[in-house]
Amino acid sequence: MIETVLFYILAAALIGFGLMVITRTNPIASAMAMVGAFAGLAGLYAMLNARFLSIIQILVYAGGIMVLVIFVIMLLNLEPEDLQRMRAKGFVVLLALIGVGAAIVSPMLFCVIPNKDWANGSVSPEFGSMASVGAKMFADHLFPFEILSLVLLTAVVGALVLAKRKL
Amino acid sequence: MLEQYGYVLVFLLAGIFFILMAFITGWVFSPNGLLGLRYKYKKEILEDTYECGVETQGTSWFRFNISFYLYALLFVIFDIETVFLYPWAVSFKKLGVFGFVEMVVFIAILLVGFAYAWKKEALKWE
Repeated sequence: MIETVLFYILAAALIGFGLMVITRTNPIASAMAMVGAFAGLAGLYAMLNARFLSIIQILVYAGGIMVLVIFVIMLLNLEPEDLQRMRAKGFVVLLALIGVGAAIVSPMLFCVIPNKDWANGSVSPEFGSMASVGAKMFADHLFPFEILSLVLLTAVVGALVLAKRKL
Repeated sequence: MLEQYGYVLVFLLAGIFFILMAFITGWVFSPNGLLGLRYKYKKEILEDTYECGVETQGTSWFRFNISFYLYALLFVIFDIETVFLYPWAVSFKKLGVFGFVEMVVFIAILLVGFAYAWKKEALKWE
């Protein structure tokens, strides 16, 4: 019962914040709404027992990626007049929403979901928990994990080369 | 399953309480708040931006320096590193010495990047 209520609260928050992201003129307000949408998504992940994913959603997406997004907004710093000019007309947005709904949501609602027995998944309740992710990542997938540090190292060097004009 | 999130709820409520208390304390001690002296300030003074007593110039909506972006990029990279520390810490006892060595190697490789950034004075403000 309480899970159903929580699900609808989180889903409504997600859709509400998502709509705010595309309807605000001020890009900072859009970005903040996106943080809210990410938080709602993290809640949904947590309800699906995907705890690691939920933590990543908050820490990396709502925390890290949004910092980058906000920095880009601040670096560009568009004037209010420029932003007003970029505003789409209301009916264009409505048409786009209907189009997306018809193209993506309805096939999921009417074709994919009824054909699967979603409620009785074959994974154990521990699947997706912090401990099971840790056990998998640090025992079974040890080499990819260590390679990951090299990928991140490349990202550090790449960021420095791109952002610093003279090294 | 949902009961496990009781702790999260407690932390969430404590966090909200923490922020609310900061606002309430500010309101209690502010000049026009609960314990304030109720000076008759002009409206313009009350609504003025206060920043360390220095008069503000222009708006806060200006183009930020590109140098900030480098810090953001580096932050995100080390943020991702932290994310991997989390499941490692949870299963630390189970993994034993092997897991410890594994994480030391991971962090050592990333520290090379940090040392490179330091060497190139990327963290130095110019």
